Amino acid sequence: MLAKRIIPCLDVKDGRVVKGTNFLNLRDAGSAVELAQRYSDEGADELVFLDITASEEKRRTLVELVKSVASVMRIPFTVGGGISSVNDISDLLNSGADKISLNTSAVKNPQLISESSKQFGSQAVVAAIDVKKMDKEYRVFIKGGKVETNLEGIKWCKEVVELGAGEILLTSMDQDGTKNGYDTNFLSSLNKVVSVPIIASGGAGKMEHFYEAFAAGADACLAASLFHYKQLEICDLKKYLMKKGVPVRL
Amino acid sequence: MIALIDYGAGNTASVSNILNELNADFILTSDKKNIEAADKIILPGVGEASSAMERLSELGLIETLKNLTQPFLGICLGMQLLCESTEEGDVSCIGIFQEKVKRFQASGFKVPHMGWNTIKMATSDRLLEGIPNEIYFYFAHSYFVPQNEFTTSICNYGIDFSASLRHKNFYGVQFHPEKSAQQGIKILKNFLEI
Repeated sequence: MLAKRIIPCLDVKDGRVVKGTNFLNLRDAGSAVELAQRYSDEGADELVFLDITASEEKRRTLVELVKSVASVMRIPFTVGGGISSVNDISDLLNSGADKISLNTSAVKNPQLISESSKQFGSQAVVAAIDVKKMDKEYRVFIKGGKVETNLEGIKWCKEVVELGAGEILLTSMDQDGTKNGYDTNFLSSLNKVVSVPIIASGGAGKMEHFYEAFAAGADACLAASLFHYKQLEICDLKKYLMKKGVPVRL
Repeated sequence: MIALIDYGAGNTASVSNILNELNADFILTSDKKNIEAADKIILPGVGEASSAMERLSELGLIETLKNLTQPFLGICLGMQLLCESTEEGDVSCIGIFQEKVKRFQASGFKVPHMGWNTIKMATSDRLLEGIPNEIYFYFAHSYFVPQNEFTTSICNYGIDFSASLRHKNFYGVQFHPEKSAQQGIKILKNFLEI
């Protein structure tokens, strides 16, 4: 049976892992390569690297970092942040990344999703979408959560799938950094309308939150600080999920 | 010497990393002579089938690959390309396994089939030697090879499909051994020892 995935996320700035609260106030959590190795050994199913300075400074994600991570990692990983061309994508995949995630650049140029999925296969293209609740609807934000768009959350998720994205990495900006749990309402609505795997992100604070997100339809759950600061061990989390009847790889 | 085929549709970096770890002597190549002279061949694969076949055709490699007699391992798309044809881009493939590659369609199952799934052994095979039954491997694909006479292990995702195949010197794995932690490394090690 296909296992539900646990994915530590490493927000990277200048080759170091940082984690913000509500996308601000960055704290240093350690060397990216070191953490990648640790998570791979501890039983993470996958890793996500987000170069959080990339969108802001319009520079390319660190291909060198991907190479050094790939040399120690024996599990898949996704890399994102400031990727804006098919050439960038090609460089990152050729350096050892398994998937790339597109966020701001996909909103600005939706063709990037269709072009890259045509060339590299949709399994390599993750649409990273940051949403925030505004009155009655969810709004998509770009540039690391700093710029509001006029896109509605569910509608944009459906559109990226039609364009060829093979997975959606959904971050709830309201929940991110709060440790109050994933946005299960949005996950559950999204699960009803898209046919690709969904990675839940933002808000994990304890083991129950992962269970709730899987029950709401998430295929994978992402967390950062919880794992970086060892507040939760992946192995304990998976044992808990297995007891609750969630298929996991132990 | 192993020839790791570089045709612009591969996860060559990840496979290279493991071959390095296993101290294997290999070259990254798309040259016909290098491939024919190699002791073993690996065809990696990440990407879209019709563009991958187009690329192999431009490199003049289709007949070369078909006629090889050395141990040959196709990974993911590399395995699918060894089949007769594929629904992905509706193209003819290399034609070692007389099967048509199909798209996942079972209702309630998301596509791509993405993540860690277990495999069940269908026959005993050198490539899978020492691999326990029901062990997790990493999959990332939207198309699959139906179960057939060449199937050596099975995975289930709404339907039973081929997790691995073998015909004569041609081996194929649908999962990514280079991304499947220790068990995946074991499979590549088995291949090196064939």
